[in-house]
Amino acid sequence: MQVFQIFVYIVNKIIVYQVIKIMKVIDALNVYYSDLNSLVDNLIETDNNVTLKNVFGQRYIGRGLPKKVKLKIYGIPGNDMAAYMDGAEIEVFGNSQDAIGNTMNYGTIIIHGNCGDTLGYAMRGGEIYVEGNVGYRVGIHMKEYKEMKPVIVIGGRAGDFLGEYMAGGAIILLGLNLAKNEDIIGKFCGIGMHGGVIYLNGTPDKYRFGKEIAKSVNITSEDILFLRKHIDFYKKTFNNQLNNLKVESFSKYVALNKNPYSNMYCTY
Amino acid sequence: MLREGELRIPSGCAISGIIDKKGKKFNGKEIIKSIALMHDRSNGLGGGFAAYGIYPNYKDFYALHIFYENLSIKAQTEDYIKKHFDIEKAESIPTRYTPNIINVPLIWRYFVHPRINVCLSEENFMDESEFTSRCVIKINTDYKGAYVFSSGKNMGTFKGVGYPEDIGEFFMLDTYEAHMWTAHGRFPTNTPGWWGGAHPFTILNWSVVHNGEISSYDANRRFVEMYGYKCTLKTDTEVITYLFDMLVRKHNLPIEKAIRVVSAPFWDDIDREKSEEVRSELKSIRAVYASALVNGPFSIILGFEKGMIALNDRIKLRSLVAAEKNNRTYVASEESAIKIICDNPEKVWSPKSGEAVIVLMEGEQE
Repeated sequence: MQVFQIFVYIVNKIIVYQVIKIMKVIDALNVYYSDLNSLVDNLIETDNNVTLKNVFGQRYIGRGLPKKVKLKIYGIPGNDMAAYMDGAEIEVFGNSQDAIGNTMNYGTIIIHGNCGDTLGYAMRGGEIYVEGNVGYRVGIHMKEYKEMKPVIVIGGRAGDFLGEYMAGGAIILLGLNLAKNEDIIGKFCGIGMHGGVIYLNGTPDKYRFGKEIAKSVNITSEDILFLRKHIDFYKKTFNNQLNNLKVESFSKYVALNKNPYSNMYCTY
Repeated sequence: MLREGELRIPSGCAISGIIDKKGKKFNGKEIIKSIALMHDRSNGLGGGFAAYGIYPNYKDFYALHIFYENLSIKAQTEDYIKKHFDIEKAESIPTRYTPNIINVPLIWRYFVHPRINVCLSEENFMDESEFTSRCVIKINTDYKGAYVFSSGKNMGTFKGVGYPEDIGEFFMLDTYEAHMWTAHGRFPTNTPGWWGGAHPFTILNWSVVHNGEISSYDANRRFVEMYGYKCTLKTDTEVITYLFDMLVRKHNLPIEKAIRVVSAPFWDDIDREKSEEVRSELKSIRAVYASALVNGPFSIILGFEKGMIALNDRIKLRSLVAAEKNNRTYVASEESAIKIICDNPEKVWSPKSGEAVIVLMEGEQE
């Protein structure tokens, strides 16, 4: 537990906070989302570590946040957290809602809990780690370009439409703590997919996948290294030994065709 | 003028519901707090609440809540009501001055009992509920400027144009005690924001709050209109209310089956079903009630005398979260809207697409 000394004083009617110690803490209870986000903007001009407490559904937290900023969030951040985020590190102690990491560019998101629908929507770079389960349409339309390859690592299971229209990057599903009648994915996995990779712990039934995705026989040593690296990060971050998890039991799914509809509108 | 990209209205409708299955009552403050948290999902063009168990002293009477645009239509409508019902009590619904609530219509409520001789004489014999629902539809269709927005027993709807927290303040919901509350914040997409068009939509004891759009609206509308309903409210949600009233009250389907009708499984899911019996039942449901399948993105909370049901469309195009603590079940569009009124719930989950959260009052059977 860190101890903070906070001085608050008023200059020309503007409230100025001076915080002794490294981290600044904002009590977000009843603070409107736009006020909260501009307060964070102001604080990060002088301080790279900010903690938000009592967060209840405020939207767009951490949107566009640049490198070097570390944001810790206690409570439930609202929709579109880390939208367009550009290098920051966000750690959420609690569940998250929908569209987290929307069009995120660089940076890391760590969620100690479950996450809602459309996590990593159109994500372009950076990494997201979710300790528990995620909702529907996770990784929808995520993409990659040259060295920018977004990665989503999910501890539990995902809902329908995982990797829908996926164009790049990687999704890793560990499938931990599944109940007896639960499956690691829902239906329509990889529907409309034309790039990127999905790694699943196990081999779900074929009917759960879209027509544009297929299991790859070709698991390379690079794949194994890639999986190990991210699983190790998960272990360390969530302090979970994952004793029963074997990298060998993962299967790899890729798009059948990079451009499946090229003949639809323009045939030669 | 602000151009596209300079102005953003981050909306998408909000719903929230709380039920105490042991029937313990609580006032409207909690549901207002929950729906107010999702303020930005609506845009001030509609808010409303349904409350069950609020009129214990008049529990055997239908409580008609009516908007009137002017006094002359009020007089005409009251004439009609007097002919068809015995009025136990008529009063204007208490409201308090709320700065953001403007263009307020006349808002009245009547505790009524159908006149048996009229039930018997008009057309053929009808039971009370059928008679009452026909009278409600008659007023809403033929009495321009009058609109019955609630007609159940021991329950009531309170709604209007404004943000839901302002509507709750306006109708003084902190003074009502109910065992079940549902709420809605509206962002109208295709239709005007008017007092009658706010959610919940009700007929008899059924109330529906809805986030989404119904692409199958016209097919559904034509279907219920064959059974005597009229869609008069310029919005898609009302048809869901009539569908449930029709399926459960008129066609006597169990709730579980009514849910399968509006949110029917895909054909290939039916094909994969192992039990021949279930498979053929699902096929019959889809065949008989093809026009009652509700398509398009939706999450709804349905209230009725036996309890509460929350339901998503078949591919979960709208968010829905549920939680349980002690005797209470909560559902809302966002988890934060539950946690703000419920510390440390015992269980929090996101219902799967097409899978209903059904909470019945204790002692009720499906």
